Amino acid sequence: MSVFVYAEQINKEYKKTTFEAISYAKQIADKLETEVVAIAINSTNVEKLYQYGVSKIIKIIDEGLRSFNVNAYVKIITQVSTGNVIVFPHTANTSAIAPMVAVAKGYSFISGVLESPQSFKPFEVKKKVFSGKGFMVARANSDGVVLTISPNVFGIKENFVQGEEEVLEFSTNSENYNIVAHEPSEGKMDLKEAEIVVAAGRGIREIEDWKLIENLAEVLGGAVACSKPVADNAIRPHSEHVGQTGKVISPNLYIAVGISGAIQHLAGVNGSKTIVVINNDEDAPFFKVADYGVVGDATKIIPMLIEKIKDFKE
Amino acid sequence: MRILVCISSVPDTTSKINFTADQSAFDNSGIQWIINPHDEFVLTKAIQLQASKGASVTVVSVGEANCEPVLRKALAIGANDAIRVNLEPKDSYTTAKELAFIIKNGSYDIVFCGKESLDYNGGAVPAMIAQLLGYSFVNGTVELEFKENKALVTREVEGGKEKMEVEVPIVIAGQKGLVREKDLIIPNMRGIMNARTKPLTIVEPISEEINTEAIKFEGIMPRGAVKMIASDNLDELIKLLHEEAKVI
Repeated sequence: MSVFVYAEQINKEYKKTTFEAISYAKQIADKLETEVVAIAINSTNVEKLYQYGVSKIIKIIDEGLRSFNVNAYVKIITQVSTGNVIVFPHTANTSAIAPMVAVAKGYSFISGVLESPQSFKPFEVKKKVFSGKGFMVARANSDGVVLTISPNVFGIKENFVQGEEEVLEFSTNSENYNIVAHEPSEGKMDLKEAEIVVAAGRGIREIEDWKLIENLAEVLGGAVACSKPVADNAIRPHSEHVGQTGKVISPNLYIAVGISGAIQHLAGVNGSKTIVVINNDEDAPFFKVADYGVVGDATKIIPMLIEKIKDFKE
Repeated sequence: MRILVCISSVPDTTSKINFTADQSAFDNSGIQWIINPHDEFVLTKAIQLQASKGASVTVVSVGEANCEPVLRKALAIGANDAIRVNLEPKDSYTTAKELAFIIKNGSYDIVFCGKESLDYNGGAVPAMIAQLLGYSFVNGTVELEFKENKALVTREVEGGKEKMEVEVPIVIAGQKGLVREKDLIIPNMRGIMNARTKPLTIVEPISEEINTEAIKFEGIMPRGAVKMIASDNLDELIKLLHEEAKVI
């Protein structure tokens, strides 16, 4: 049986999370000596998927699915995924679709997997638990498994395969969901996918100093994040809160400015490959879990750092 | 309007998380249990609807006796009654099945859940309940209103928000932002006194079959010692990030 992967497209674009999910599916398929079949719904430029090891694309065209309707997406994906390992990227939509497909098929569901399975019979794989405070190996005790892949952990692996498409047309009635409006956020990078994140906390006391944080993120090509009190006080939006009760992220580089390093915050960022802490307080607990640290006044350090990075990049 | 709010008990967020010596389970000795933070938001929302629309609010947990204090706190916050399904929740599917049975039996057409629980981060129970019952489902909910028989829901997605009109019966998975942090209801003396006499019914589970098992746990590996860099030597930091860490 083939390994199936849902090749989600967001706003008519493939995101890194989809290519990572396909890379993951390809690695499993190779071990099981089978192929990867991708499911694409109302997608454009599907040939990009062959680059990551997809042998066949089930290309679904359905006007009724132009807008996201979870029950309808679940029905179609359940119908066409005729395998016992089904892989999804981990996104807002797939975190709804994937567990529902698992229930529809009587399969086990494991979300946010971090690495290749440790075993196939039975299927066992590692994921994060306690919102970043630990790891767990989960075992599937059923006929099949549905997975979502944690963003920015497994990586994208190119593996070109000369594949083919099968086009299927449906016309779903989508009346139980009616999308009324889309509010895009102002071109900000998605925090979960960002490879570089610059975050700040209560140590940034003046609102105007947040411009320094935004500029540092921009010059590094990264995203901005914040600690819980900053979001709770509406200085930054909730979507930027990283931590145990916010987003759990794993960028390559995490720069924490003026954040003391409470256990709840650390839980959200300990998956980062490299952590840099900049804080005026040399006793800040965050220094104990950092790779690199600078003690000093952020309002003086950040502008210097921005200039030096600009020079470095030339 | 009958709302069922599914809540779970999780370790207090300041807890250090330890596992048993054989790494087979979470070590819950000395743990203080709190209501799962995401659930607090949907619970307050339900109580707001109780006030504005006369909704009745039932809270339910799947768990052993140690989750009753959290159910009592939910009653003190304003829920009308509570149910505990007497089963240690070992995976998302089993939990969802128990809750689906309660929902069907009690004819609840509006179900609120928190987006995910802070212990196992499955984030799956709300979606699974919807699939088992054929209910509409919206996750990432940050705004919610009911008009006639429809839910007007705003959900958070990559790149922004999406507003939709969805038919009831419905499962809503909510999160921070659904109500403002400062509006979260804290039990007052009167609430706590009333909670003592509100009904807390214990029911036995319908099945104990699990389809995903936790077989091993590991803590987070500590990093090596931090390299401190003087604030007047930022060139060194950039060099290390480029040559040693290889992240820029």
